[in-house]
Amino acid sequence: MIRVENLIKSFEGKTVLKGITTEFQKGQTNLIIGRSGSGKTVLLKSIVGLHEVDQGSIYYDDRDFTRMKMKERKLLRQEMGMVFQGGALFDSLTVEENVRFPMDMFTNQTAKEKETRVAYCLDRVNIKQEAFQLSPAEISGGMQKRVAIARAIVLNPKYLFCDEPNSGLDPETSLVIDSLIHDLTVDLNMTTIINTHDMNSVMEIGDKILFISEGEMGWIGNKSEILYAENKKLEEFVFANRQYKEMRDARIGKES
Amino acid sequence: MHFFYHAGRYFTLLAKVFSKPERHKIYIKRLFSEIDALGVNTVGLVVVISIFMGGIITLQVAYNMQNPFLPSYLIGLGNRDTLILEFSSTILGLILAGKIGSNITSEIGSMRVTEQIDSLEIMGVNSASYLILPKIVAVVFIFPFLYIVSVFFGLIGGMLVGPGVGAITAAEYLNGVQYLFNPHYVSFSLVKTFVFGFLVSSIPAYFGYFVEGGAFEVGAASTKAVVTTNILILIWDLILTQLIM
Repeated sequence: MIRVENLIKSFEGKTVLKGITTEFQKGQTNLIIGRSGSGKTVLLKSIVGLHEVDQGSIYYDDRDFTRMKMKERKLLRQEMGMVFQGGALFDSLTVEENVRFPMDMFTNQTAKEKETRVAYCLDRVNIKQEAFQLSPAEISGGMQKRVAIARAIVLNPKYLFCDEPNSGLDPETSLVIDSLIHDLTVDLNMTTIINTHDMNSVMEIGDKILFISEGEMGWIGNKSEILYAENKKLEEFVFANRQYKEMRDARIGKES
Repeated sequence: MHFFYHAGRYFTLLAKVFSKPERHKIYIKRLFSEIDALGVNTVGLVVVISIFMGGIITLQVAYNMQNPFLPSYLIGLGNRDTLILEFSSTILGLILAGKIGSNITSEIGSMRVTEQIDSLEIMGVNSASYLILPKIVAVVFIFPFLYIVSVFFGLIGGMLVGPGVGAITAAEYLNGVQYLFNPHYVSFSLVKTFVFGFLVSSIPAYFGYFVEGGAFEVGAASTKAVVTTNILILIWDLILTQLIM
């Protein structure tokens, strides 16, 4: 479980996060949604420590991340996995080497053990053996995302973070990535936080949804509640796609 | 203020770079790969530039010494001392700041803008040390060798061009190359190559590591890195010449 309390973050005098307080539960896919520039990426990067917060606390299972020494943070980071928007695979390494990289850095496993684990993780994200020796530039965007997920889970993390995992992907591949992240979250009992503005993802895997607007918490709920939420800004965000307005109207019609 | 901001951030980065590596084995592996990429792959360029420059210096000295009172062997001596004292250390440093320096800035800068550095940090890897330390060690290690290669081929260039155009005989040239040789010049220049090697690797790494934006900013950072490295090489050349010579 990850808990954030009164998170405040500013850049050059402009306050981007204005006192965010919430909890992200274990074994659930927790989604942070909001318009571009609403502060969701800053929130995610603050939670993982890529941005230092000005005020507030971040707890990883009651361990206060904001007050940890660098050494303690480094140890905690070995319990994290992150999938970046562009995949962030290392260009100079092959697919297999990318996934093996965290194991090379932090474990004393034998080459055979590493090979087995890497093959398992790549198989888990449906990457075929033929692609193992290819470089990231030689595989598609969807495959890059899946390799990034494999790399993120190779050390059995307790916490998984995904920044816009579906950006640049077609709707079908997006669904594959969404269900993959959801299944892994349940199977490995991870605390997963996904930063997205993709409403399809919200409706598919939103166990818990945090809507951010102008750096403030706008709404908290789940995928079955979001269509009925009485929040003007959230409605504008959700119903920007008419499909969801029609879906809500149809459901309300059925119930009445 | 701007200078102090960059100086402070540069030395903070260096402290991070020289902190204890996570896995020595991986660093050693990376070190050899950097020696190959940044050093061995540069030998060809150094050889070509040095041969031409050795030849050109020989011709320039010859044209400016067309005086019956000046012995011809001074042409060889002039070429040798120019190569040993300035060309093979300082000028080569300036040239390699362009080749190696822009390579380092663009590589690290691209990793920054594609979030590969963030990815290393999230894993708990000291990204500065992992990426920059092997490059600094590789360049500082390889620079003295490149210097020696440059002096050698510069002298060969003089040997080919001087007698080739009839400016001097081979015997006179070789006599000049060996005449009044001062080994202190070589040790002084070797000290310079260590300093320049450090500048050529660490300054571009700094500019690449802190780049923000996209491809355009990486290009701009590369240019800034090369210009700054060149200026610092010249300043340190002046300081070291005053201190050691």
